[in-house]
Amino acid sequence: MNTTWSRFNVTSIVLGFAFLYLPIVLLVVFSFNESKLVTVWGGFSTKWYVSLFHNQGLMDATWVTARVGVISATVATVLGTLAALTLTRYTRFRGRVLFSGMVFAPLVMPEVITGLSLLLLFVAVGLDRGFFTVTLAHITLTMCFVAVVVQSRLVSFDRSLEEAAMDLGATPAKTFFQITLPVILPAIVSGWMLAFTLSLDDLVIASFTSGPGATTLPMKIYSQVRLGVTPEINAACTILIAVVAVGVIIASIANKRREVQRQLDERAAQRG
Amino acid sequence: MKSLGSIRRDFAPWNDPNAKPYIQFDNVTKKFGDFTAVNNLSLTIFEREFFALLGASGCGKSTLLRMLAGFEEPTSGRILLDGQDLRGIPPYRRPVNMMFQSYALFPHMTVENNIAFGLKQEGMPKPDIEKRVAEMLKLVKLEQFAKRKPHQLSGGQRQRVALARSVAKRPKVLLLDEPLGALDKKLREETQFELMDLQQELGLTFVVVTHDQEEAMTMADRIAIMDKGEVMQVATPAEIYEAPASRFVAHFVGNVNMFEGKVAERSANTTRITGPSGAQIVVENGGAATANADIVFAIRPEKIRVSSKKPADAVNALEGEVYDIAYLGDMTVYHVRLDDGQIVRASALNAARVTEDPLTWNDRAWVSFRPDAGVVLAR
Repeated sequence: MNTTWSRFNVTSIVLGFAFLYLPIVLLVVFSFNESKLVTVWGGFSTKWYVSLFHNQGLMDATWVTARVGVISATVATVLGTLAALTLTRYTRFRGRVLFSGMVFAPLVMPEVITGLSLLLLFVAVGLDRGFFTVTLAHITLTMCFVAVVVQSRLVSFDRSLEEAAMDLGATPAKTFFQITLPVILPAIVSGWMLAFTLSLDDLVIASFTSGPGATTLPMKIYSQVRLGVTPEINAACTILIAVVAVGVIIASIANKRREVQRQLDERAAQRG
Repeated sequence: MKSLGSIRRDFAPWNDPNAKPYIQFDNVTKKFGDFTAVNNLSLTIFEREFFALLGASGCGKSTLLRMLAGFEEPTSGRILLDGQDLRGIPPYRRPVNMMFQSYALFPHMTVENNIAFGLKQEGMPKPDIEKRVAEMLKLVKLEQFAKRKPHQLSGGQRQRVALARSVAKRPKVLLLDEPLGALDKKLREETQFELMDLQQELGLTFVVVTHDQEEAMTMADRIAIMDKGEVMQVATPAEIYEAPASRFVAHFVGNVNMFEGKVAERSANTTRITGPSGAQIVVENGGAATANADIVFAIRPEKIRVSSKKPADAVNALEGEVYDIAYLGDMTVYHVRLDDGQIVRASALNAARVTEDPLTWNDRAWVSFRPDAGVVLAR
C-alpha cells in the first residue's frame, strides 16, 4: 500500500472535511462567544449555555421533541417491522407489488406534500392539531424507513431457524418471540434509532401538523432564527450535535468490539 | 450360502410379511405450482430402521422429508406414522425431530440452551431438563462447550450440537437432511460410524436424506433411490449394488459396464446373450428376460478380470486391447477397448506387491467374468 501523502491527497482531504465540518465548527465555536453578536468574537464564555437552561420556551420544545420522537419511533418500529415481515414472508399475495410500493413511497415523497396532505386530512377529520397529530405524522414519515432496515435483515434471515424451533415443539407465536425477534433485534433497534433521529430533525412536516403547545425543537429554533440568531441557539445546536455524536460513537465502538470478538471466537473455534 | 443380505443379519423386517410398517407413504404427490416434486410415491419404513433417501438434487428427497416433518403438506395421498394419519398435524405437534442441513442452531443461545429448547417447549421440569442436557452433551462429547455460542464452535462441533438438539426430545423418528454435507471428508467418515452407533444406542428410526452414495451405503439398512419424484428401487445397499433393478440405478450407484444385446437362448438357469457384433455371453441370472428380448447386461468393474492370455476355465471371455491404465495404489483400473469398439472398465485389487501378468498400454488383453457376475436389465 502506498502510504506517502501526496500534496494532492492532502489538499483534497482538507477541502473535503472543511466542506463538511466548517459550518459545524463555526457554530460550536460561536456558541462559546461572549458577545451577543453572532459573527463577532468577543471572548470565551459559557453564559449562553446557562441562559439556555433558563429559556423556558426552548426547554419545553426539547421536551415535546423528545416525547414525539420516542412515541413515534416506537409505534413506527412496530408497524414497520410488521410491514417488513409481511413483505418478505408472503411473497405471493394479491396486491403485493402495490402494497410494497405504497409502503416505500413516503421515502421519496417530498416532505411538503406529505405535510400538506396530512394537514388536509386532520382538518377534514376534525382533529385538533397538536402533540397527537405531530406524533401521527412522524409515524407516517418514519415507518417506511424502519420497514426498509428490517426488511434488509429479514432477506438474509435463515428460515430454517424458525422451522427448527417449530420442529422442536414451539408454536408459531413462541417461535416468533423466542427465535425470530431476538435474531432480527439489532435491525429493529437501528430502525428505531433511525426513526427517532428523523423525527428529531424534522421541521417541514411538524410545521404543517403541529398546533399550539406542541412546538418541536426544530420549529422553535427556526422561528427564533427568523427573529435573529442568538448565541443561545448555537449552544442548543452544540448540545444536540454532542448528543448525536456520542450516540454514534458509542454505537460504532460497540459494533466494532462485537465484530472483533466474533472474529476472534471464530478463529479460536476453527483451531478447535 | 450365496446371499445378498443386509449387514445386520437379524434385522430385516421388510422381508417379514407380518411386520407392521412404522412410516407409510401412500400414493403421495406433492406439487409446487406446475412442478411435481413427488409423484404418486409409496414407501414403507420400519421401526428402528436406518433408512436413506438417495438421489441427485431436485429428485424430491428433501420434499419427502419435509412432508414427514410437517413443513409441507402432500397435494394428495397420505402419510401414516405408527398408524396415525399425519395430515393437518403441524410440525410442533409431530413426534418427529429433524436435523437440518444448515444445522439451524439458534445463534443467540448457548449450546446448552439450544439443546434445552425443545425440552422447555414440552414443559419438562427444570431439574429434568438439566439432567437431559448434560446427558446429551456427554453423548456428543461436548461437555466443556456447554456455555459457548454457535459461532464459537467449529463445523464438526456445530454438527454435534445440532444432533444433540434433535435427539434430546427422544423423538420416535429422527429426520436428517444431508447431516454430513458440511463436513470435510475425514470428519465425515468418522461421523458416519458415530451416527450408526447413536442410532443403535437410542433405538430410534432414522430417515436420512443424502446425495452421497457412499454415505448411504455405509449407514443405511435400506436405501431408496429416487429420481424425478419417484422411487426407482428400495433395497439393502448390497442389493442396490449387486442387483440393481434398472439401468438408472446401476448407473447411479458405483461404476458399471453395460453390454447391449439380445437374448439368444433362455433356459431355467442360464441365458445366452448375443451382442451386436456377435459376441456371446452366458449368464446365470437372466431375470425376467425372455427369448429375443432386447436387454442390457450390467457388470461391475471389479467383477471383471483382465489377463494377457485367455483364461482356460473362463465361460465368458472377450478380446481387446489395453486402452488406459490408472494405478490407484490399492487397486488398478484398466480400460480395455474390445474388438467391437466397446470400452470395458475393469478394476483389479492389488493384493500382491508384484504382478505376474504385467499389462501395459496397447497390449492385447482378455477380459473375463463368471456367469453370475452381472445382471440382465431391460433396455
